[in-house]
Amino acid sequence: MTELPPPAAKKLGLVIDLDTCVGCQACATNCKEWNTGGHLGPLPDLNAFSAGAEGTWFNRVHSYEAGEGEDGRTVHFPRSCLHCETPACVTVCPTGASYKRAEDGIVLINTDSCIGCGLCAWACPYGARELDQDEGVMKKCTLCVDRIYNETIPEPQRQPACVITCPVGARHFGDLGDPDSKVSQLVAARGGYDLMPEMGYKPVNKYLPPRERPKAKAASLDEAQPTPLDIKNPLLRWLDRALSR
Amino acid sequence: MNPAPSIVFFTTASGAGYGLLLWLCVLRPLGLVPGGSGFGLVALGVATALVVAGLLSSTAHLGRPERAWRAFSQWRSSWLSREGVAAVATFVPMVLFGLSVLAGNGAAAALTGLLAAAGAAVTVWCTGMIYASLKPVRQWHHPLVPWGYMLFAGFSGAALLAALAGFWGQAAWPAALAAGLGAASFGFKRAYWAEIDAPPPAGTPTIETATGLGRIGATRPLDPPHTEQTWLLREMGFRVARKHSRKLRLLVLGGFGAAALVSLLAAFAGGPLAGLLLVVGAAAALGGLLVERWLMFAEATHTVTLFYTGEA
Ligand code: SF4
Ligand code: SF4
Repeated sequence: MTELPPPAAKKLGLVIDLDTCVGCQACATNCKEWNTGGHLGPLPDLNAFSAGAEGTWFNRVHSYEAGEGEDGRTVHFPRSCLHCETPACVTVCPTGASYKRAEDGIVLINTDSCIGCGLCAWACPYGARELDQDEGVMKKCTLCVDRIYNETIPEPQRQPACVITCPVGARHFGDLGDPDSKVSQLVAARGGYDLMPEMGYKPVNKYLPPRERPKAKAASLDEAQPTPLDIKNPLLRWLDRALSR
Repeated sequence: MNPAPSIVFFTTASGAGYGLLLWLCVLRPLGLVPGGSGFGLVALGVATALVVAGLLSSTAHLGRPERAWRAFSQWRSSWLSREGVAAVATFVPMVLFGLSVLAGNGAAAALTGLLAAAGAAVTVWCTGMIYASLKPVRQWHHPLVPWGYMLFAGFSGAALLAALAGFWGQAAWPAALAAGLGAASFGFKRAYWAEIDAPPPAGTPTIETATGLGRIGATRPLDPPHTEQTWLLREMGFRVARKHSRKLRLLVLGGFGAAALVSLLAAFAGGPLAGLLLVVGAAAALGGLLVERWLMFAEATHTVTLFYTGEA
């Protein structure tokens, strides 16, 4: 059913910390690794061993430069499905293959009824859906629905693959519908925000902005310690070096 | 957006087919086109052929065409589904109209014809709304878009009807209609282009709002997430057209203008000359429309390219 379910209390999603992300691509890689054998797998690669290799991925890590000069920052930016609250990728689907779960808000695709029309990918502002060109059906992030409820794996591992694998702990998973959850508190404390809020899709996933850096102090010649090269008098230079040993 | 030939052909052909059907069913009971069953059946046949060819071509775009029947189920939320339902439902009065024309039953033909005309209009409206409902594509998510689909279907349908009526030597009314709609299409398309060429309104997404990094400052892409092409970028990041868009736009306007002009001449000329002119006019209208539809895709930009190039 591609009508949206009534708003649910539970909103599972991710919180991504742009301050700590180092752009290592581990989340994208482990996502591909888990999901090619997961709920929406396989995630095929075409021409995998020759020129023009390309494949279906659920997560793509960009890098940006924001701001100018000294205030400029390099920011690594993972991009995947945001499991929006009012996603048109669901309502445009003519077959009912694209759906949002009533119980936890996860947006999924039923690949048995998808006709591969591609309309949902057009309707997603965030580019979160990629066609599986092998099978002719649409694929996207499942929030690792096959891990987070999976009672056959140890409890601490019941987290999305990208979250578990992130070496710097930049990714957090939880219920963003519950104001007392750890993720909600993190969002509140760090000023987590929505991507492209003007589109009106109400993303569940939140991004934490890079922390403000202390401003670099304006360098002043008087205060700066002289380096040995700054000392022009050869005798003083020798003295400075001898005494600094 | 990538102008897939199957979709460009589909929307042009089925639009013209529905336009032809609509004007046939509206003008026939008014006595403004040849009233014999021969003309009625030929025009209905051409309309049906165009509609069916268009619908079949649209399935070529699907990853799993054999499941196309599933697309009829979600009409409550999806314009694509509604289009499918409306297209199939319209076949019912189309067939009944054909039978009434064959039987020479004027009243039944008028009634079923009106139903078929309504179905045609609804189907074309749904086609337009598929595009107009897509927020991430600024050039499509515009109130003029569905009206454009309606107007161009009406224009190409009238041009076709006039060309067919020309063979019966009674084309004055549909020719005048085609001339009027051609002129309207000419002006409409120019107005639409003026709208989408204007600086995007405030509140249009930028790379700063897409990434949320505007709080730091102006943002530009540094490293792309992948070095090779992806399906997504092929689909949404199509850029070839923008280089040639000026020439292609002139081609569209040329086609529309020429069709309107020769139709006007034909409306006054009459006779075999009018017949010839109207065939030329219909060809110009359809040719112009194919280019128009191609540009409709090629000039449209998707917000996902903000993440890659910083521009949409
Ligand atoms: S990010 Fe895109 S695919 Fe995911 S729910 Fe939102 S609109 Fe749908
Ligand atoms: S590609 Fe599949 S999931 Fe997406 S809109 Fe079409 S049928 Fe629905």
